[in-house]
Amino acid sequence: MAAVATCGSGAGSTGSAVATASKSNVTSFQRRGPRASGTNDSGPRLVSIAGTRPSVRNGQLLVSTGLPALDQLLGGGLAIGTVLLIEEDKYNIYSPLLFKCFLAEGIVSGHTLLVASAKEDPANILQELPAPLLDDNSKKEFDEDVYNHKTPESNIKMKIAWRYQLLPKMEIGPVSSRFGHYYDASKRIPQELIEASNWHGFFLPEKISSTLKVEPCSLTPGYIKLLQFIQNIIYEEGFDGSNPQKKQRNVLRIGIQNLGSPLWGDDICCAENGSNSHSLTKFLYVLRGLLRTSLSACIITMPTHLIQNKAIIARVTNLSDIVIGLESFIGSERETNPLYKDYHGLIHIRQIPRLNNLICDESDVKDLAFKLKRKLFTIEVDFIS
Amino acid sequence: MFVELNNLLNTTPDRAEQGKLTLLCDAKTDGSFLVHHFLSFYLKANCKVCFVALFQSFSHYNIVGQKLGVNLTVARERGQLVFLEGLKSAVDVFFQTQEEPHPLQFLREANAGNLKPLFEFVREALKPVDGGEARWTYPVLLVDDLSVLLSLGVGAVAVLDFIHYCRATVCWELKGNMVILVHDSGDVEDEENNILLNGVSHQSHLILRAEGLATGFCRDVHGQLRILWRRPSQPTAQRDQSLTYQYKIQDKSVSFFAKGMSPAVL
Repeated sequence: MAAVATCGSGAGSTGSAVATASKSNVTSFQRRGPRASGTNDSGPRLVSIAGTRPSVRNGQLLVSTGLPALDQLLGGGLAIGTVLLIEEDKYNIYSPLLFKCFLAEGIVSGHTLLVASAKEDPANILQELPAPLLDDNSKKEFDEDVYNHKTPESNIKMKIAWRYQLLPKMEIGPVSSRFGHYYDASKRIPQELIEASNWHGFFLPEKISSTLKVEPCSLTPGYIKLLQFIQNIIYEEGFDGSNPQKKQRNVLRIGIQNLGSPLWGDDICCAENGSNSHSLTKFLYVLRGLLRTSLSACIITMPTHLIQNKAIIARVTNLSDIVIGLESFIGSERETNPLYKDYHGLIHIRQIPRLNNLICDESDVKDLAFKLKRKLFTIEVDFIS
Repeated sequence: MFVELNNLLNTTPDRAEQGKLTLLCDAKTDGSFLVHHFLSFYLKANCKVCFVALFQSFSHYNIVGQKLGVNLTVARERGQLVFLEGLKSAVDVFFQTQEEPHPLQFLREANAGNLKPLFEFVREALKPVDGGEARWTYPVLLVDDLSVLLSLGVGAVAVLDFIHYCRATVCWELKGNMVILVHDSGDVEDEENNILLNGVSHQSHLILRAEGLATGFCRDVHGQLRILWRRPSQPTAQRDQSLTYQYKIQDKSVSFFAKGMSPAVL
């Protein structure tokens, strides 16, 4: 397939692609604030951030979703500044796995995480992340980095590379510099990786108990609190370019679980014409506005099969950038269908955005099935149907 | 702008009609290429353009515009383009209280009343500058897209009122043009969207409808475009003229061909 071939060649050249892209392409999203509009520079400099790479098509910055197969289907990865919406499968078995792979990829790449949930404490979510399958070379790098950080005699090792002695010592950087890793769903992520990472949690029952005066607008209080929290983190940690003193740019990965479920205080899953039927769509719009003006990417899982009003699903789809639907075979007639015996469900790529372009990276194949092998979550073309 | 589409519509930037409302509608596909076409068309026609861009960021339209031969940054600096970036303004309105009324003021209100501040913004942007020679030919209002306003809590009737006011000012008083994009939800019963779509198509002079193919996804034919010329104010002595073409979007242009005559098939 042509689409797979181009993405495959893109995956091979990471370092050199960043360097060439910085000279030839204009950055797609205006990440800097109005003060640093780049008029003094020779052009916008694409700083190479760990765990990102520019898109083959238009130089846009991409991050991995945590599943290399999904990255290929999306045209290389998830673009920074966009929202990935996952329509949950009926019993919510496989969508948490995609959610956790996204977060685990953030930890392995050294990105900052923001985890929001109304059901589980974010600290518990992070404990359950799958372990990355690092090959032996990068595992050795990780061990060596830990070793260097602890011993004061790291000057000895620097003698060969004398230029690097002048650079300031960095903290433990990303564990691996690859783009996209495979995860072992049966093992938990090592504790030291979680502790070394920078993460923020938003657990709705904790935040909503405080009786702050909130201006009445038609958003549910949970959504208002979450938006303020996200905006606060983006502003404080300088993801929107408002803090030019920050030397190292980093990416913020936002994960929101079960958005739209009754636990968030929204009634679109309970009633067809509820009182706050615009709450969710307004939230998505303001969230996308926040993302477009900062170095962040967001994943949202939503139980769309519970939403009573189908028009809201259509509006939510229009307001999101990438929409993926998971359909598991559990409990359906397809479970016993011999054609589908190797697979656990179907994956539908419902929408792919056209960003900075007239065309988009639609893959030619529309019949995709997934299966959760003993360790890995794989997506394959379903040749049978 | 796409030269082939100009040929199909029988217009060029030099001799475009004035006082017209064009409706862009997409069903089961993405019709944003039409918005890019009209934006570059009217900028090349030396019109004063007010672009209410609710759907994507400024840099998105700028980068695609450069592929089509217009520079939005330069146009904005010269005063030819007034750009309302919905996403950025929504963040400003939502998190900070504004002193003077903001065009997207309805985001802060519990019951989104009306779009009066937005209309004031448009009128202010397109009003002719007194004194000095007229630099621009005629004003144009471009909206991408109107269905977003429904998602943000504004009622369909309020949006239709806004369109009515804009049409009275831009098309009739200032002899300019309007181009509006509305999504067609198709078989999903979105009543408000249907009210909006029917209301605007009743008032429009030209309807461009981009549809996905009925047979599903195809790599070589991205969709079908239906062009409908209407005369809303005159009694229908003549029948409305309608044409259908299929299209394929490429990197910098769109190619149109008759149904079934895709180059990939022949």
